[in-house]
Amino acid sequence: MALKIQKKQHYKKEAEIPTASLADIVFLLLIFFLVTTSMNPDKGLGITLPPPGEQARISKEKVLSIYINAEGKVLIGEEIVPLDQLEDKIKAKLKEKKNNLVKKGVRNPDPIVSLITDVEARYSAMVDVLDKIKLAFEELKKEDPKFKEILSLATPVF
Amino acid sequence: MKIEAKNKSSSKIPTASIADIVFLLLIFFMSVTVFKQYQGLRVELPAAKATKKIERKRMITHIWIDAQNHINIDDMMVNLEQVTPILKKKMIENPATIVSIRADARSKYGVVARLLEKLKDANALRVNFATLSKG
Repeated sequence: MALKIQKKQHYKKEAEIPTASLADIVFLLLIFFLVTTSMNPDKGLGITLPPPGEQARISKEKVLSIYINAEGKVLIGEEIVPLDQLEDKIKAKLKEKKNNLVKKGVRNPDPIVSLITDVEARYSAMVDVLDKIKLAFEELKKEDPKFKEILSLATPVF
Repeated sequence: MKIEAKNKSSSKIPTASIADIVFLLLIFFMSVTVFKQYQGLRVELPAAKATKKIERKRMITHIWIDAQNHINIDDMMVNLEQVTPILKKKMIENPATIVSIRADARSKYGVVARLLEKLKDANALRVNFATLSKG
């Protein structure tokens, strides 16, 4: 008897964790995450709103007002500007304003764009114009890195 | 005469490291994935050339406005008066919240303007108009 037991203990199995299926499990998880990940990130046009209750007084000469009427027509100053010419027009006007302000020696000579949209206008009309304003600012920043982007969405009175 | 190949090399693809590679990929996807929390409304976003990515994905609160000018926050249909208290609560939880307005291109600007007023009241000042990239 004693002899037999000794012989059985001779076959010692090596202690191993089976890892052959690990790759399969991890693959499964990988596929799950691949499928659930949405690769379209959140994107858009960012703005910062002014804090509530703040009504700073701005001198008129700093402000470039852009109006959008209910039909989506865009007005700068006194003239109606078609959408494809808008970017260049805004750029030119902002440059002119900045030069004037610097010449006059005004403190903080950064022009401000004020976008005033009719409440009956389509949202997309406003986004189109906002897009052009952003592009114009980007171009100006490329020419002069110190150019500040100041944009205000004027709120109609309800 | 028999011709015998002297040493047959066994043709095997080493698979031991596959698990490691896949683990690496898995960890990448796990860290990148942000689960969509809310369904939202069906909207056709406007397109814009100056579209930029929002960097901090996990701090975004979405507000949907559809073509019929319904407002939806976190899968709740709300009216304008409810926006300020909801956003105030969110701002307390995370003061760096970015509000992404996913408004339909056909919606009225008046609704968006009113919404912006309410966001201002809630001190949620970082706003993003969700657009598709164009060009």
